[in-house]
Amino acid sequence: MHDDLYLALRQCIIDGDPEQAIELCQRALAAGIAALDAINEGLVPGLNHVGEQFAQGEMFLPDLVMAGEAMKAATAILEPAMQKAGARRETLGKVVLGTVQGDIHEIGKTLVGTMLSASGFEVHDLGVDVPFETFAVKARELNADVVGVSALLTTTMTGQKNVVEALERHGLRPRVKIVVGGAPVTRSWGEEIGADGYGEDALAAVALAKTLLGK
Amino acid sequence: MQPKLEILERELIERILGEAFTLIAEPGVKVQAPAAVELLAGAGARIEEGVAHIPEALARRALASAPREFFLHNRAGEAVVRYGGDAVQFDPGSSCVHILDPATLEHRMTQAADLVRLVQVAEMLPQYAAQSTAVVCNDVPKETGDLYRLFLVLLHSSKPIVTGAFAAHSVPVMIELLAADSGGREALRRKPRAVFDVCPSPPLHWSEFAGQNLADLARAGVPAEVVSVPLAGAAAPVTLAGTLVQHAAECISGIVIHQLAQPGAPVVWGGAPAIFDMRSGITAMGAVETAMLNVACAQVGKHLGLPTHGYLTGSDAKVMDAQAGMESGVAALMGALGGINMISGAGMLDSLACHSAEKLVLDAETIAMAQRVLQGIRPRGESLALAMFAQAGLRGEFLKLAETRKLFRSEQHLPSSVIDRGSLHAWEQSGAKDTFARARERVAELLAAYRRPALAAEVEGELKAIVGEQARRAGMEQLPGLGT
Ligand code: B12
Repeated sequence: MHDDLYLALRQCIIDGDPEQAIELCQRALAAGIAALDAINEGLVPGLNHVGEQFAQGEMFLPDLVMAGEAMKAATAILEPAMQKAGARRETLGKVVLGTVQGDIHEIGKTLVGTMLSASGFEVHDLGVDVPFETFAVKARELNADVVGVSALLTTTMTGQKNVVEALERHGLRPRVKIVVGGAPVTRSWGEEIGADGYGEDALAAVALAKTLLGK
Repeated sequence: MQPKLEILERELIERILGEAFTLIAEPGVKVQAPAAVELLAGAGARIEEGVAHIPEALARRALASAPREFFLHNRAGEAVVRYGGDAVQFDPGSSCVHILDPATLEHRMTQAADLVRLVQVAEMLPQYAAQSTAVVCNDVPKETGDLYRLFLVLLHSSKPIVTGAFAAHSVPVMIELLAADSGGREALRRKPRAVFDVCPSPPLHWSEFAGQNLADLARAGVPAEVVSVPLAGAAAPVTLAGTLVQHAAECISGIVIHQLAQPGAPVVWGGAPAIFDMRSGITAMGAVETAMLNVACAQVGKHLGLPTHGYLTGSDAKVMDAQAGMESGVAALMGALGGINMISGAGMLDSLACHSAEKLVLDAETIAMAQRVLQGIRPRGESLALAMFAQAGLRGEFLKLAETRKLFRSEQHLPSSVIDRGSLHAWEQSGAKDTFARARERVAELLAAYRRPALAAEVEGELKAIVGEQARRAGMEQLPGLGT
């Protein structure tokens, strides 16, 4: 019935076009499409397509990032309608993310955040040079499922351990999962400090978060 | 004539600088170091919410007070590295976290012993005008990681050093180490042995630590290298020209902070600009656009009359394979032709993450080739060919001429055993070894021939005392990497 609109929604994600996404979402609501259907029948298939094409080397990081931006713009329009209808889009989980204290490397962490939110996680990016405690305080405040800690320096990697300890002190473990990443970080380092997982890149981070939350 | 590669027209250089001056005024530069903010505000830059708006006139004064030339010295006090003009020198890449294990090809975490081994190999190769603090030591407490590297290089080398700190509080200790080695702070100021890389965060941001480093180094008279790292497409505009503007703005703002702390202190227009690989999300150090960016950045620096630095000769390959050789070869040659004063990055694999002693010896061959190109083609006698033809005639027995014997060494670069030019038969007879196998053998030879350069006992004692104190505070009982 609304197949054309669903296809257009899918396409605006593939095109990474936030303006088009906003317009199409407004049109969909006006046409009486349920917000949840617009997401599940239109936007998400678009996102899946981009993810697959990226994995095959046919699409590139800017495509991925812009698809994420279009998705964000679209859900901002659909969100109020969903709340009114009492429907809730099931996010895959809440993630608190940041680069650890003393470290200002930002690009990889932001990419991880983009991919997580594009894949359906609710991401709270705390930025860079984030104090250990802040990870724990925010995780509690937001009732997070996962805390992601990035470190690019061997000198700041040790801070990931402090974050694990801070979450323990706040009584958030083992409920809140901790994932770590960054160039010098390894799987065995993750194990050593008692984190729940290590992600080599942004796609691995998504897979890891899904596995940890049983999604 | 030293052959040259120029890839920017003069008019484009002026446009790049024009936009760079605009950027540092508006939107301005984020500056977090209180010391740097104070200097900028005192000189008339408007500071609003942590952002400094630097007027062009102030920037031009700083560019004018920065020296056109300075030298780094070896332990004997000889001025062996020239920053300035079209001098071209190479040093190994810095701060890798992995080392390529030559036996297993595994990328292992680096330890003090790995750094010592790399320093020993680089010490033996004349192609490396300077050492670098090549890898971090994972067997040393993280808090002392940066200064411990410098300590090991000072113990095992007499060459100049390209180094850098990981935290603000390390710089004073590292300066103390260098002063101990040079015979005091005044001696260090007069004849600096090391240059420190200091990185702005792209885009246009001086972190607390980097801004503080600039001020500390300027005041100590120890050369600073402003290493701007714009990643085209991720942390900088995707266009190469746009990235050059950001690079210039970052360098200029750094030089302003530095020169305000101490006018006339030695500073380098440096950089590690690179493109961001849109498939893998890595910084593509071996990409040809990365080499183009480095040459172009240096060209802008030369236009301003400043000493230059770049980051080339590293590769994105994971082992020492054809990709590694190809990327490093192209980039080293382009950097050399660009007349970049110090080219860092030799020995590196996996886009700045992994070091390899075997690659250092291969890159030394690349560097020797590049250096040969720089010597150019020049006449060696009264006639170019006539005199030799007068002797050899149409028989053409040039091998019998005295000139041939006398001149071939200056005309031809003689590669080491890493390069195979022998016959197929000879190659088969000697085990049909590939480049990597030959490089491994050469590393073993160099290590066997290495002797630790002389270091006065009291200086060594002083270095150990300084580092020992830091180590104890960090809870380390023993100092690794002191053997041989
Ligand atoms: C760009 C860069 C910078 C930029 C950062 C710009 C910015 N706004 O972020 C600047 C110039 C500021 C910088 C500064 C410094 N840097 Co730096 N930097 C790099 C570089 C070249 C690339 C990093 C990057 O962005 N990569 C691209 C992204 C996409 O990859 P990534 O960060 O690895 O992230 C991916 C994965 O790791 C993973 N991941 C990342 N985080 C997380 C988190 C989770 C939870 C998960 C699951 C996964 C995950 O997914 C990401 C996406 O695929 C690396 C070299 C390298 N190859 O890593 C050096 C590097 C990390 N830096 C290094 C150094 C030494 C420094 C400085 C100390 C230099 C100096 N002397 O001033 C300062 C440190 C300042 C500080 N206190 O933090 C060293 C570290 C050495 C060490 N032993 O610790 C490196 C390895 C380079 C080198 N050999 O010198 N740097």
